[in-house]
This record gives sequence, structure tokens and C-alpha cells, in this order.
Amino acid sequence: MNASEKKALEIMAAKVRIDIIEGVFNAKSGHPGGSLSSADIFTYLYCKEMNVNPEKPKCPDRDRFVLSKGHCAPGLYAILAEKGFFSKDEIKKLRHIDAMLQGHPDMKGTPGIDMSSGSLGQGISCAVGMALAGKLDNKDYRTYCLLGDGEIDEGQVWEAAMSASHMNLDNLCLIVDWNGLQIDGPIQEVAGPEPIDAKFEAFGFDVQVIDAHNFDEIDTAFAHAKEVKGKPSCIIAKSVKGKGVSYMENNVNWHGAAPNKEQYDVAMAELTAKLAELEA
Amino acid sequence: MAEMIKKATRESFGEALVELAKINDKVVVLDADLAAATKTGVFKKAFPERFFDLGIAECNMVGVAAGLATCGKIPFAASFAMFSAGRAFEQVRNSVGYPHLNVKIAGSHAGISVGEDGATHQCLEDIALMRTIPGMTVINPCDHYEMMGAVKAMAEVDGPCYVRLGRLAVESVNNSDDYKFELGKGVELREGNDITIVATGLLVQEACKAADSLREQGINVRVINIHTIKPIDEEIIIKAAKETGFIITAEEHNVIGGLGEAVAAVLAENCPTKMKRIAVYDRFGHSGPAVDLLKEFGLSAENLEKTVHEVLGR
Repeated sequence: MNASEKKALEIMAAKVRIDIIEGVFNAKSGHPGGSLSSADIFTYLYCKEMNVNPEKPKCPDRDRFVLSKGHCAPGLYAILAEKGFFSKDEIKKLRHIDAMLQGHPDMKGTPGIDMSSGSLGQGISCAVGMALAGKLDNKDYRTYCLLGDGEIDEGQVWEAAMSASHMNLDNLCLIVDWNGLQIDGPIQEVAGPEPIDAKFEAFGFDVQVIDAHNFDEIDTAFAHAKEVKGKPSCIIAKSVKGKGVSYMENNVNWHGAAPNKEQYDVAMAELTAKLAELEA
Repeated sequence: MAEMIKKATRESFGEALVELAKINDKVVVLDADLAAATKTGVFKKAFPERFFDLGIAECNMVGVAAGLATCGKIPFAASFAMFSAGRAFEQVRNSVGYPHLNVKIAGSHAGISVGEDGATHQCLEDIALMRTIPGMTVINPCDHYEMMGAVKAMAEVDGPCYVRLGRLAVESVNNSDDYKFELGKGVELREGNDITIVATGLLVQEACKAADSLREQGINVRVINIHTIKPIDEEIIIKAAKETGFIITAEEHNVIGGLGEAVAAVLAENCPTKMKRIAVYDRFGHSGPAVDLLKEFGLSAENLEKTVHEVLGR
């Protein structure tokens, strides 16, 4: 990845973070922390990695994405809007009555959403089904699935992981957003899912651990994942919950809370300054 | 008349899947380590490349089916009703029902006629659970011919369906040559104007036996077979209520949430009619031979006949 490509991704990620705060602030509810920690991954997937076309969101040959941690919908909506799957005006209507953008992703009502999700642990199984369909039909598309590190408390995640490697689904790539926090506190204090890498290795995955906010590492990891044959991939992306908004970073209270006007102004000032710095 | 066939509906299900797959290449079948029992094993033998055993992991199986459906497949996902409709209820609700995906859930070994395995496996709640999911079609075929038709019909409707399969061999009642399965249509199997029995699943056979016995005693019982519990055939139920004045429902399910309540809801809003519900009265089953359990729980022709006498006072 050359410097200008990287700069473009960083600029897009800054815009995505602004959209996340815009959406959650106007909704007066939602999940900014995990949306912000995943913002660079969303950006990379939709700007560099995935074969998708906003003009043909249902194209049978497209790559698929399942947001298994469905509560981070504000981040997914942000990148979809930035890429033109729907109007950016929708962002401010997030979670409002009669709005297109539901609290959790709704594949029936929102262009670009490949699977409805929100009940944790379920999206990964659906991603396995999509990857399996690709194998059955001899199609080249790949399926990507983003999981939360708290989400992997769910037993269904491991049922799905076992089936993905059992069926040799090398067209499936999981990403675990390892921000270390879930609603009730640090993941190791709540349910202790670590070591995450050793678990996915034991379940038959090719595992990489990267910095979720470093586009060079992200780029290298996804490039490697595509070369893996005979088994699925898992990229564990070590992230900062609330990344980009100083008072939200590593603070579990911002898992599922919206900023008030004052807090919104602070967040927007920080994020727009970052964008201006990148664009300068 | 077509041949009377005595066979468990799960056996017919396996055969029907094979027939369906021959004419529809989108059909794939998933099971959760019970292929020998649900009879999807028959499909596995015929179409091994279109069969997937997900192991003892029903929640994942339902999610995988949902993912396959988003890519244009028509997945049939089978396990015991206790697990496909029970354990994986929320997966069926959120991963299949909410996005209205074209997934067909099969629940085998439903009801107390599972027999010796006992209460943990005798699912008496599946119809109630599946009925509550918006957009879900719920089918409970009573015999071989009905199951053959139901599987074909499920593949033709675009959306989630639940089908209940029985373990016990049952005699076919839909033996007429012009029999045709119509989704959402009740079937009048016996004419009569004294009283109506609305039955589903293996209680249909019992209702017919009761009606035949009562006819010899001068009591004319109408028997309506409701194979599609949702959407239910309101017309045939209201007509029977108006013409016969009393409805008995019969089902191998908890009295809460099953056919009886579905019929009661139709009547309460359209044509209030006295009813008696034959079902399992809010209790768990237990181990024993299926036929003995059915008798013990009153899910028999004898109990239906007795109930008709009590209601009519003759």
C-alpha cells in the first residue's frame, strides 16, 4: 500500500468516525465505543478489500460482510453512506421512527446490508452459510464477518468456528475487534475469553493478531488471509474502544451511550480537527 | 383409491426431500447429528454433495441455513423439534424470521409419541413457538401423502416454514386419487353436522376413527384436518362452527399455544362457538411406549368418542 492510498484510508476513517458520532448523537442512543474501535476495519473492508458495488448491492458475485456484533451498526452505516449505498442524510435519522437505519442492521430495509444481525453470536453462523454457498456454487466471492471480543462469550461462535474449519472454508475471514471491554467491564473480568488467538488456532483457523488502527498492518493481514488455503482465517484486531474521541477511549461507559450536546461538540471538534490535519 | 400407507411422517419427509432435490437444484439439507432419526440420511445418500451435517450444534445449523438462503439456496434444516424449534428458537426468530429468509425448519420426534426417551425429548411447545414468529408458515402433516405434498409446497413458498415430523408410524388417511396438498387449506375428511372435530397431526387418524365409530351409533361428526396451522384456514373453521355448533380440537401439543388456541382465536373473533380442546394439559410427558402414552394423555379415538358423547349428551 502506498502512502497516498494509506492517506485516503485515514481520511475516510476520520469521516466514518464523524458520521458515527453524528448518528449516535442524533439518535440519543446507540453504541459509539465499539463502532469507533472498528472504524478503520470498516473503512479498509469497503474501500480496499471487498468487491462491492453501491449500484448493485445484491450482485450475486459480490463479497459478503456480516456484522455479527450488530450493535456497531453506526460504524457500518457510516461507511455504507460514505460509499454511496444510500444518502448520508439517513445518518441523522438513525434509530428514529420510520427511519431506514434501524438500531441493528436490517437486510430487508437497508441497501448494502448482507445479513440482519444484532443478537450476538448469530452472524458468524450466517457468514459460514454464505461461505458454504460460495463453495457450492464455485464462486470466487469471499465472506467477511466482524465479531466483538465480548461477543465470543457466546457458545454459538464456537459452534460456527468449528463448522467453518471442518468444512475448510478458506473463503471466510473473521475479524475480532479486540477492544478489551464489554458492557459489564473488561472482558477478562467478565467472562475471560482470552487467549483469543490460541482459541481460534485450536479451532482450525489461520490466526493473525494486528493493530486495528494501523492500515499497514491491516493491509498485510488481509492480503495474507486471501492466500490461506484449506482453512478459514481470523484476524484479531487489537483496538481501542472509543478510538478517536479522547474521553470515550478505553472507557466502558461509552459502550452504549450517546453524547449530550456538550460532549458532542467536544467529540466533533476533535474529529474534525483530525480530518483537517489529514487533509492538509 | 390410492394405497393406504402406514409410515412415520419423518420417513416420508426423507423421501420427499429426495424427490424435491431431483427437480430443484437449490435445495440443500442440513442436520445436527440426527440424520438417521430425522430421515435426512436418505437425502444424504442420494445427494451427498448437497447434505451438511453440522454436528450437535442446532443454533449454528439454523444460522448456516440462513446464510445459505441469502445466497439463493433453499435449505431444509432438521433436528428433533425440541432442538430445532426449541433450543434454536431465537436463531429461527432473529436469523431466519426477522429477515424473512427462505429457510425450512423441520422438527422431528415431536409430541409425546417420541415414547421411551421421555420428557426432555417430547416437544409439546414447537407449534406455539413457531406460530409466534411473524411470517412463519407452520405445517403439521398427518400422513405420508400430506408430508410428500407439504415438502413440495414449502419449497414453492418464498419464506420461512416450520414442518413437524412424527416418529410413530401412522396410517394414511388422504388416500383419494385426486388428493392434492394445498398450503393453508383445511381438509374435510368426514362429513357431518352434529359436531366438528378439528384435528392436526396424528390426531387426524384418531378423529377419523372416532367419527367412523360414532356414525354407526347415529352421530354424524365432521372431521377437519388442519395441516397448516399458520396461516390457518379460517373459512373452513367458521363454516363448521356455524353448521355444527360445537368444535372439538385435537392435537399432540401443549393446550397452550397450539391448534386449539389458534381455532379459538378464529372463532372468538368471528363466530363465538363452544369448544373443547383435546391436548396435553400443561404438563410434561414421561417415558413409555408411544401408543400407551397417547392413550394415557387422552390423545386417542376412544377419548374423542367419549368427549363427543359428553358434549352431545347422547
